[in-house]
Amino acid sequence: MEAFVRQVAVLLAKDVLVELRAGELIYATLLFSAIVVLLFSFAFLGGSPPTIEVTAGVLWVGLALAGMLGISRSFEREREADTLRALLLSPVSRAALYLAKMLGICLLMIAVCCVVLPALGLLFGLHIERIGLLLGLLALGILGFAAVAALFGASLGRARVRELLLPLLVYPLTVPVLLAGTRGTYAVLYGTEQSLLDAARWLRFLLVFDATALLCGLWLFEPMTAQE
Amino acid sequence: MSGLDEVEAQGVVKDYGRQRALCGVSLRLAAGQSTVLLGDNGAGKSTLLGILATLVRPTRGRVLFGGHAAESLEPGALRAQIGLLSHEVRCYGDLSARENLRFFGRLYGLRAALEERVASLIERVGLAAAADRPVRTFSRGMLQRLALARTLLHRPRLLLLDEPYTGLDRDGVTLLSHLLDEERRRGALLLITSHDLDVVAPLCDQALLLRRGRIVASARFAPGTCTATELARLCTAEAES
Repeated sequence: MEAFVRQVAVLLAKDVLVELRAGELIYATLLFSAIVVLLFSFAFLGGSPPTIEVTAGVLWVGLALAGMLGISRSFEREREADTLRALLLSPVSRAALYLAKMLGICLLMIAVCCVVLPALGLLFGLHIERIGLLLGLLALGILGFAAVAALFGASLGRARVRELLLPLLVYPLTVPVLLAGTRGTYAVLYGTEQSLLDAARWLRFLLVFDATALLCGLWLFEPMTAQE
Repeated sequence: MSGLDEVEAQGVVKDYGRQRALCGVSLRLAAGQSTVLLGDNGAGKSTLLGILATLVRPTRGRVLFGGHAAESLEPGALRAQIGLLSHEVRCYGDLSARENLRFFGRLYGLRAALEERVASLIERVGLAAAADRPVRTFSRGMLQRLALARTLLHRPRLLLLDEPYTGLDRDGVTLLSHLLDEERRRGALLLITSHDLDVVAPLCDQALLLRRGRIVASARFAPGTCTATELARLCTAEAES
């Protein structure tokens, strides 16, 4: 177990170090997420202020769009120098590889949240009272999204049009995450006793989704990354 | 898993869709021996190396590592004994040579002696002056030296080398030949593909000619007796027959 945790830590630390050196992924993703929120805000210029349904939707759409941009690029980087093959040839367990990639995606999407949430506060007047509940929803939503994206990101291998395939595979499979995240966020922002109960239900739903996605990812990563 | 002293491919077939890349290839690699795999482009050499490296699954047939089928062995322990040098460098361009080797060393579980091993390999492959520069600034020859260091880092028993001399200058070629000879003396199993017969001949204990996915000719040599002429004869004899 200790060796497994060490493998995950080594792989994750490498991803972070490479990104700190290159910087291309994080800056592009954060800028893109800010632009997404800004573009949505233009739709409400001069009109009535956006409803909390809209705000909740923009939060999750921004996360999903910006997250996918970063995820595609992070896997593409592994393929450019064929380093993904070097990782697959090494003795690290496929589960460690999967978890490290998933955690890397989580870190990236957490960074996106750090841009999108203040931007929503500024442009959409987002006011959060139950921050703990919202962070719980975001954490579970990000985990579910990353669990699916990491599986397909690595396993598309040398497939042609993989940049196109990745969102085509990941978005439909993460519809439950985006739906639960949006409805849950709306319920948290609405803030009544009944809506908070709804939010708790969406949290439980995300928990079940995450557990299922994670188990499937750990189980399927090895056969899906086996070459040809 | 104990030290790997024999690798045997038995009737390995590989299909890519309707295209057959390997048609029942059988071969045996022994400890302390170097096998040179000859063949034109598209003969199936890289596919065979991929299968022996456990990266590519054969459609039919099997590969025995130390007498055991790959599926029956613990994958991590098996892969820890394999080193594959291919056309791609497989190192991170934004990290330095030292950081790349450190990272791969950790993946292979080298802990106590990691820094020492990394430093000695960097020195050995002649990258000491550039060890802390980002790899993306390296020339093709320097990248090949780094790839070689990465391949040898964990002292693999089975060394699979796909055109290892590509991009190397004369000093690099001499260095690589020395290193491979050292590995052979250490008891490693070497399988080398190359079109440069002059360079690989001194290392060759066994030569195999792969053509359209089949081994069509083979020859064995006493240590140090193989010449480029004999390897060329092996290729042409088959073509004439």
